[in-house]
Amino acid sequence: MKGTGASPGIALGKALVIENEPLVVEKKEIESTEKEKSRFLEALEKSKEQLKKVREKALKEMGQEKAAIFEAHLMILEDPELIQSTTKKIEDEGLNGEYAFKEITTQFVSIFEAMDNEYMKERAADIRDVSDRVLRNLMDQPIIDLSILDEEVILIAHDLTPSDTATMNKEKVLGFLTNIGGRTSHTAIMARSLEIPAVVGLKDITEKVNTSDFIVLNGETGEVMINPDEEEIQKYKTMKEKYEHEKKELESLKDQPSITPDGRKVELAGNIGTPKDIDGLLKNDAEGVGLYRTEFIYMDRDSMPTEDEQFEAYKEVLESLNPKPIVIRTLDIGGDKELPYLHIDKEMNPFLGYRAIRLCLKEQEIFKTQLRALLRASIYGKLKIMFPMISSLEELLEAKKILNEVKKDLDKEGIEYSKDIEVGMMIEVPSAAIISDILAKHVDFFSIGTNDLIQYTTAVDRMNEKIHYLYNPFNPAVLRLIKMVIDNGHKEGIWVGMCGEMAGDKRMIPILLGMGLDEFSMSPISILPARKLIRSLKHEDMKKVAENVLSMGSAEEIESYLEEIFD
Amino acid sequence: MEKTVKILNETGLHARPATLFVKTASQFASDVNIEFNGAVSNAKSIMNILSLGLKKGDEIKIVAEGEDAKEAVEALVNLINSKFEEK
Repeated sequence: MKGTGASPGIALGKALVIENEPLVVEKKEIESTEKEKSRFLEALEKSKEQLKKVREKALKEMGQEKAAIFEAHLMILEDPELIQSTTKKIEDEGLNGEYAFKEITTQFVSIFEAMDNEYMKERAADIRDVSDRVLRNLMDQPIIDLSILDEEVILIAHDLTPSDTATMNKEKVLGFLTNIGGRTSHTAIMARSLEIPAVVGLKDITEKVNTSDFIVLNGETGEVMINPDEEEIQKYKTMKEKYEHEKKELESLKDQPSITPDGRKVELAGNIGTPKDIDGLLKNDAEGVGLYRTEFIYMDRDSMPTEDEQFEAYKEVLESLNPKPIVIRTLDIGGDKELPYLHIDKEMNPFLGYRAIRLCLKEQEIFKTQLRALLRASIYGKLKIMFPMISSLEELLEAKKILNEVKKDLDKEGIEYSKDIEVGMMIEVPSAAIISDILAKHVDFFSIGTNDLIQYTTAVDRMNEKIHYLYNPFNPAVLRLIKMVIDNGHKEGIWVGMCGEMAGDKRMIPILLGMGLDEFSMSPISILPARKLIRSLKHEDMKKVAENVLSMGSAEEIESYLEEIFD
Repeated sequence: MEKTVKILNETGLHARPATLFVKTASQFASDVNIEFNGAVSNAKSIMNILSLGLKKGDEIKIVAEGEDAKEAVEALVNLINSKFEEK
């Protein structure tokens, strides 16, 4: 079976199916509305007491952030609208407490579920969780207690409520499987924070599995097996050992330098799109940001972001990673990224059209607003500014001229900015790569954008499935251009980085290292594996590998050569 | 006592800001309501506030009635204008 992998890791063990059958709430005759109201209020009080205990336990075991959810649950129980509507319903319609309460909470659940927003949909689960507790208290039904577990188990449930995950005895829980949920559901988030392997969204796993069945699960791929044979069990056991060994090894590489055994040190940075990605950078021990795409600030809205809005988004990243270097790329819109409010005409060849720096040099107000926001934010950390899509010397000089004008404006207004901001450019157009010896005299760094460089060099539209086989990073022409750019940069004493997919590719890293690349910027999740790899490769050896690769005539030849020496 | 304000913080009245808003409103004895899109909602009800789904840029009217109405409106307006002390 296959579900959504929600928390990585391998688990093997006995199943415990939690029978949290939905409660059947019936309409009943009542003695008096007064009595019914106080019965309801008592159940509310009892639920509050229980929840306060759950919150304390969560605070101790999972920290403040995770305990906040129970704070929210307590607020629901204290919600005046909820209480008044229920008591009013009991009074006006002569309903029993559980029926009245169920009707009211169901209304709220459907409002939240109908909202087009993940966060609000999750709140529906909160209301259900809280309401279930109150109803069970009202109906004298037992509340499932996972704090007492006798043996190690894999929990199987329709869904695990936040109170389930908070109270359960974590030592005994090897994994979770649930019928519903996705990567952002409570169960998934809790599982990741507790580092318990989990697969969610399995639809009817509670019906397929019986308590005491033997289960194996892979929280990465979402694979689940019920009562597998001995061979499969052995396979999963080996996978589990391997996973845990690797995890430990990567963990131990945090705070370690990215250095080869013979002393070549490089920088491993992260590519990010919004301040929300800061967490991932910190968790994976990024040594900086090699590409902060600013497009996201401009997208999903109907007007230009203001200077202040941009300033906040830049400042947040600079400040949280200070003093690590942050390369922020100026607006790279156009191509496949459109902004409806800019009203740019449709083009035949958007990738060869009015985009990125070309647009910014024409629409100077947009460009200047961004540069002002960047400069103002520069005092909060180590900012480096990077221009995208430069294809000629004139464009670079023009962009730098505008930057200097903005600096002068700020000087006049007495607004502070950092005086040692490095200014660099992306190398993603072949014409720029070919004159990189000249361009290098005018910038502090190059960053090679491989996705576009490959498509422009090989004349292959990377969205076109029919010619996808031609889009290959091991294309010798692309590799030669990269080598040329690195050499030209070094001749002028500037550093050269790479911020495309290639920089995090474990087959490519040895070659790039050998070519002398200084900075590798990739998805944060790839950083620790890349560090592990670099720490195992000798720079002198990789220089020879790169030299051999550069003498080869086809991608196929290069790939099989690499396979031969690394596998 | 009433006052119209615009939501300024990035995330709108979600999660922590919504909780903070309701907690603040609940500190006052006065009845406190929010008017938005022609509907009136109880400012002390987390479920009501969340179901409004207020976003950055939305304009709401805060209406309070009672002995500490003025203080209640002031406190809530300040909270919104401080962007809920979001980072």
